[in-house]
Amino acid sequence: MITNWLDRNIKWVFMLPALLFIALMVAYPIFYTARLSFFEWSMSAVNPSKWIGLDNYITLLKGKEFWDALWITFYHSSISIVLETILGVAIAILFSRKMAGAKTIKTMMMLPMVATPVSIGLVWLLIYEPSIGLANQLLKQLGFETQEWLGSVTQVMPSLILVDVWQWTPMIALITIAGIATIPSDPYESASVDGANAWQKFFHITLPLLMPTILTAVTLRMIDLVKTFDTIYATTQGGPNFASQTLNLMIFDTAFSRFQFGYASALLMVFFIILIVIVLLLTAIRKRLGGLE
Amino acid sequence: MKTTMTARIGYSLLNVIVIVCLLFPFFWMITASFKSQLQILNPDYLFKFTPTLKNYVSVFEDYDYLKYITSSFVVATLSTLGSLVLGLPAAYAIAKYKMHNLSLIILVAKILPGISYLVPWYVIFNKMHLIDTYIGLIMSHMVIGLPFIMWIMIPFFSSFPREIEESSWIDGSSKIRTFVQMVLPVSLPGIITSSLLAFIFSWNNFMFSFVLAGEKTKTLPIAVYNFMGGTSINWGALMAAACIITLPVIIIAMLAQKYVVSGLSAGAVKG
Repeated sequence: MITNWLDRNIKWVFMLPALLFIALMVAYPIFYTARLSFFEWSMSAVNPSKWIGLDNYITLLKGKEFWDALWITFYHSSISIVLETILGVAIAILFSRKMAGAKTIKTMMMLPMVATPVSIGLVWLLIYEPSIGLANQLLKQLGFETQEWLGSVTQVMPSLILVDVWQWTPMIALITIAGIATIPSDPYESASVDGANAWQKFFHITLPLLMPTILTAVTLRMIDLVKTFDTIYATTQGGPNFASQTLNLMIFDTAFSRFQFGYASALLMVFFIILIVIVLLLTAIRKRLGGLE
Repeated sequence: MKTTMTARIGYSLLNVIVIVCLLFPFFWMITASFKSQLQILNPDYLFKFTPTLKNYVSVFEDYDYLKYITSSFVVATLSTLGSLVLGLPAAYAIAKYKMHNLSLIILVAKILPGISYLVPWYVIFNKMHLIDTYIGLIMSHMVIGLPFIMWIMIPFFSSFPREIEESSWIDGSSKIRTFVQMVLPVSLPGIITSSLLAFIFSWNNFMFSFVLAGEKTKTLPIAVYNFMGGTSINWGALMAAACIITLPVIIIAMLAQKYVVSGLSAGAVKG
């Protein structure tokens, strides 16, 4: 009986279609990338791919472009994550109290996260526009000098960090708010009896109890932050003069503008390793500080 | 507890500041989409202007946006459905038969950057003539939707009481039938949350569509991005186009607020 056979093997019947899809669309491409990273190939039909051993990796480590991109990625992610965490936790604590309008604010916080990143990028492009943008008009009104924002090599990264902070602080805030809801009230009551003030309660009760939640939020955010693409590409395409070219954008350009598929694959392998190291580091920190077993 | 007057005013003020910061880019996007190019260029019209629908008309008449909206809708709907068909049974198998080693796949898919698939896909899809086809685009978007749906649904199925399923099996229902007729209807809230978010992720997707779509299947984010080409940017029409992509997402998010917030922060609180 076919039904019997299906029932006996139900876990594989249920699992297999998804596994096959993932093998085909995820696992195979990764092996393909690993192999391609030892070749030189521009996807031309006339010139077949050529085995060049570790040459791509050597070029990568010797070239200035990779190290610049790595630095820009690190700069963008580390400053954004610090700002988003501090602001996010502060906003969460502010709005976790059961006040009128708390629910409306949660809805509004969701908007930057779900709105299409390309349109967010374009709106900020208009806000930062040197001659007509809101940013410069505001500065003029307040009597400051106007700035170049995305057009300047030195200002482009801080400007992009501001966009990311606007877009993603709500995520840290929403997760932290959910975490605050699970904190029991007894420690606060006994602290009040002992005469603790609000700051002491925050640093000795709220923060330690929230630490695991905050660290999880930071890990989730960090994984995506390192891979930021849409908002940066839609606003600057990595410019001016490569000043906002993160690793992700550099790989994209190497593959799809310069068609150096072998070199792009080598960059990808290095990017994997960096991501895995970040995840392992954050997991170690969570174990240390978050009481995760 | 006593709340002093100053504390209450301070709290309201912070409230207002946070809301203004969150909303002003949206406000700016919407107002600019109703202004003429001249009004956008002139700060005197920042708040006071007579709204015009010209930008929206031009988006549909001069740029054929209806085609891009259709593309986006087809890809987002079908990739979400595909992810559900593959993801729901798989999530159930992982939850019920404790195949937690397999859930590692979801973690890996979440950590790996999208671009790491894109290079090999581009090469393989080119050979198989899947560039600029719906099939190719839908499969690529499913790589985001499928792990996400599984991620949300595994805890959902884990909490489903075993006794109900067992009594159904004893009554002679096959396991597949039990799953479809008993487990799925009860899990509807989870299915809705994960589908809505999978739809939004696909609707918003830029990188995959940018490389894999062509003239025939171009989706909205790519159409809007291409809009910027040329020497002078038509800001009004650009903002109208940006509003058109973002509006459906915002409506979905507002309607299903409770689900979306829990979906976006799922798993985070448990640590």
